[in-house]
Amino acid sequence: MLDLLFLVFMFPLAGFVILAFARGRLQETPAAIVGVGSIGLSALLTLLIGYEFLSTPLEDHAYTQLLWTWMSVDGFAPQFALRLDGLSLVMLGVINGVGFFIHLFASWYMRGDDSYDRFFSYMNLFVASMLFLVLGDNLLFLYFGWEGVGLSSYLLIGFWYKDPANGAAARKAFIVTRVGDTFMAVGLFILYHELGTLNIQDLMMLAPQQWAVGSDIATIAALLLLGGAVGKSAQLPLQTWLPDAMAGPTPVSALIHAATMVTAGVYLIARTHVLFELSPFALNCVGWVGAITLLMAGFTALTQTDIKRVLAYSTMSQIGYMFLALGAGAWGAAVFHLMTHAFFKALLFLSAGSVILALHHEQDIFKMGGLRKQIPFTFWVFLIGSLALIATPGTSGFASKDEILWLAWAGGHHDLFYAGLAGAFMTALYTFRLIFIAFFGQSHGHEVHVPHGLDHSLPLAVLAVFAVLGGLIPLPLESVLPHPHIASEDGKHALEAISVLVSAAGVAVAWFFFHKNRALAEKLARGNLISDALCRLWSSAWGFDWLYDRIFVRPYLWFIRVNGHDFVESFVAAVPVAFQRLHAAAAQSQNGRTRWYAVSMVAGAILMIAMVLL
Amino acid sequence: MSPHDPAILIWLIAIPFAGGLFCWLFERTLGIAFPRWVALFTMLSVLGLSCWLWATGDYSLSGIGAEPKWALEYRAPWIDRFGISFHLGLDGLSLLLIVLTNILGVMAVACSWKEIGRYVGFFHLNLLWNLAGVVAVFLALDMFLFFFFWEMMLVPMWFLIAIWGHDTPGGKSRTYAATKFFIFTQASGLLLLLAILGLAFAHHSSTGTWSFDYEDLLKTPMSAGLEYLLMLGFFVAFMVKMPVVPFHTWLPDAHSQAPTAGSVDLAGILLKTAAYGLMRFGLPFFPNASADFAPIAMWLGAVGIVYGAFMTFAQTDVKRLVAYSSISHMGFVLIGIYAGTELALQGAVVTMIAHGISAGALFILCGEVYERLHTRDIRKMGGLWSTFPYLPPILLFFMMAALGLPGLGNFVGEFLVLLGTFKVDLMVTLVAASGLILAAVYALYMIQRVLHGVSKSEVQAEDLNRREITMLVTLMILLLALGLYPQPVLDASAAPMRALAALYSAGATP
Repeated sequence: MLDLLFLVFMFPLAGFVILAFARGRLQETPAAIVGVGSIGLSALLTLLIGYEFLSTPLEDHAYTQLLWTWMSVDGFAPQFALRLDGLSLVMLGVINGVGFFIHLFASWYMRGDDSYDRFFSYMNLFVASMLFLVLGDNLLFLYFGWEGVGLSSYLLIGFWYKDPANGAAARKAFIVTRVGDTFMAVGLFILYHELGTLNIQDLMMLAPQQWAVGSDIATIAALLLLGGAVGKSAQLPLQTWLPDAMAGPTPVSALIHAATMVTAGVYLIARTHVLFELSPFALNCVGWVGAITLLMAGFTALTQTDIKRVLAYSTMSQIGYMFLALGAGAWGAAVFHLMTHAFFKALLFLSAGSVILALHHEQDIFKMGGLRKQIPFTFWVFLIGSLALIATPGTSGFASKDEILWLAWAGGHHDLFYAGLAGAFMTALYTFRLIFIAFFGQSHGHEVHVPHGLDHSLPLAVLAVFAVLGGLIPLPLESVLPHPHIASEDGKHALEAISVLVSAAGVAVAWFFFHKNRALAEKLARGNLISDALCRLWSSAWGFDWLYDRIFVRPYLWFIRVNGHDFVESFVAAVPVAFQRLHAAAAQSQNGRTRWYAVSMVAGAILMIAMVLL
Repeated sequence: MSPHDPAILIWLIAIPFAGGLFCWLFERTLGIAFPRWVALFTMLSVLGLSCWLWATGDYSLSGIGAEPKWALEYRAPWIDRFGISFHLGLDGLSLLLIVLTNILGVMAVACSWKEIGRYVGFFHLNLLWNLAGVVAVFLALDMFLFFFFWEMMLVPMWFLIAIWGHDTPGGKSRTYAATKFFIFTQASGLLLLLAILGLAFAHHSSTGTWSFDYEDLLKTPMSAGLEYLLMLGFFVAFMVKMPVVPFHTWLPDAHSQAPTAGSVDLAGILLKTAAYGLMRFGLPFFPNASADFAPIAMWLGAVGIVYGAFMTFAQTDVKRLVAYSSISHMGFVLIGIYAGTELALQGAVVTMIAHGISAGALFILCGEVYERLHTRDIRKMGGLWSTFPYLPPILLFFMMAALGLPGLGNFVGEFLVLLGTFKVDLMVTLVAASGLILAAVYALYMIQRVLHGVSKSEVQAEDLNRREITMLVTLMILLLALGLYPQPVLDASAAPMRALAALYSAGATP
């Protein structure tokens, strides 16, 4: 069974090829069968392979399947090889499992779009690339998938290509992440030149042998990989693309910009954790990047009015938790949160999609209100997702987030712990602000079209179940990721109680300001100069777009404008001009006047005589 | 030695020559369809011949190094007095470039099928002679013969641009572009001739005999100053052809006014003769001076990548846009050649081939867009995605190749160049790597302006026909194959590139 591993990505790839060549000739139903079916087959195969992998443990807890050697030059021989171990199995499960339900939902969501098959071809391409990313046994193969998901993300954000704003969002996503990718590529150069291979297992074995803990080279290599990770995972300082990426269809946001692709950075760092353990400084950076991002994104989420942008900043913030966990050395907890987050955030995005379609593409939460009664099913699943998001006890989010907070505290990273705790308050606040504004209160008279159908409700129901119970899934990570040593379990329950209280406080504050007394919130926000400036700073996501526009975009465009005609050309053009001048000067001397000729002959003769004599 | 008859090398040059002559001579009597079929058949047969040579030959020998060994070698006396002979030789490097030339030659013929309606016979004469000249440049091992063919590529190209080119309304004329191209190349050719003569004189003064033969000249003893001077002569000549910033301004003009086949030929093949010249002649003749000069050359390459990418973004004419992106990509080739490690050199070879295919395809696409919309101005395009079913995704594919997406050939080449340069010069690598970001910027912006948005033109045109789809899909498959399994190419060029790298490390540490 394990030797069928390559089929896991072959199904989506085949789906992509079939749909790409159909070019609009397939009807919706067959296109959906191909597009959703390919992921379904892949998910089924993942189940079977996972069952076999777990029930009959292999010797080194990993299975490697060599496809072929990509190239071989002067000892550089990266291979296309798939590696199945505990970590990649978890990722496979998330990608194919959550991915299947999102595809199913998308087959409902996209009905009536005239590029139905094109949508599914991109989605299948994404899944195939993402599978490359997590199965690749070699950093170059991983990079292949890494760029592939970037491409499909670009194509899907700009899916509705007729609106130039979508194109701009898609370009921004690709280019900003490419900056990170280029850092990562330089990281690969360093790793290859220092350690002589890009095979991940060999690298992880060689690095501790050749590099001392805290050595500069390990720090540089780890920081460059972190550069790639923050680009893909939308962390500081390359986070600016994610909110704009919401221009894509909502199932895309659920699959790519919440559940899978944006967690690739977390996967990369977990996969190369040995390297980060060699560099305490780089590992600290990971933790702080996560902590700062999770807080900044939390504040921004509080001021957004677009339901999808709230969720986008929430995603950024939750991935911040994962980075925080990685920085605290809680590798397993980070991956655990990655999985539970995939469940509840996919659920939140899909139910947001359900809301958006119910209101005929309305995304402004202030134009919603009172939806609790009008679309009760959507309300309930959204509420379940939100409860998991704010880590209510009994949900999957509680299991993973409290694991992170506990390990951060127990590992001695108290500052990270406090950041996480503050983040928990923010999470509860912005989440329930959204719920109170959109689902409670007065209806704004929007015409509501109640979504129905199995392809709409089944994915939401299943994901809701996972959002609650997903925390019970045991992850086979102990053979891949080391578990931090915790001296005693003392205080774990106290911490849990504190974090629950903090979240509850967040909900209470949200209830007070956004349900009970919304006018007060308005007054506070617009009350004086400071709060006004603060609100503007938050709603513009701390002004990063403004800053980058000034530092990068404008100088670039300035150069293009100034040098649009290639200044080198003016030097080249000077050559014929010089020749013309020379010609004009020479032509002057040939004026047909005898006197002039006589004088110049005499002058020439005198000059020559003078030269001879002197 | 391979089991082949060395005279095959002559056939590789003579068949397109004869084919071209046929096209021209019998156009009157047999009609204008005749030259097209003859040219297609001719190019397919030499393509078949070169592929057969690849499949059956042994390319483990290197034509580069102190004692060049050729897979196939042909020599006939020509002008004995000056030691000039008709000397041809084939190794893995020249084989790859000849196969590329013939593939793109077939494409050039096929893409002119509808576009060229005037003087069809004479057009194909020029096209095929140009291609024959390029193949001969890749084979010639006598410097006099090399120079002869080097110049011979030029004249047919001038005709192609000047007769069948486009005049930009209110802008530059095709004669202007053709003449600019001619003067640039001619001036640099003069420098090349002087350097060749200087090398021959140096050889004569030390040995007392005249020779223009590659293998004799390799061992010419020279003072360091003279070596540097002659190396510069070769370098500048090739630099203009490649082209390297700041000698690049002829290329956008030539491309924007040339017919499609001319652009395919120019970008896909002619630019590669310069890189080939550096690998075959520039470095082996002057290893020490080249090693001294390498940092400067690499910086020129890095500047070219960045500057070319910036200028690509500024273009509004699609063909000028692709031309500037070629300048940017050839920067990687220049860096790869002068980094001098096997990885970087192999990367340069792959980049040459991948860029030949991708730029060739992009120019074919530009030609097809022009045939349908009658404009090359990006500002008048937009929304093509909804106008045509097949053209937009294919354009997207090749733009993705241009921005270096893994899985396509360009990525393999550029990655190997950067990987191989990293140890040699860190700063150059970092500047060149920023080209990956800049390429994404211009490629995506171009896609936005051409394919996305709302359609601006009302033109209802046919999508790609079967001929065009066949051509483009073939090129797509080749680029994918090169990106996923480049080993056959890498194996063919392994021996010469290894020898070149060895030469380098010997030159760098005297």
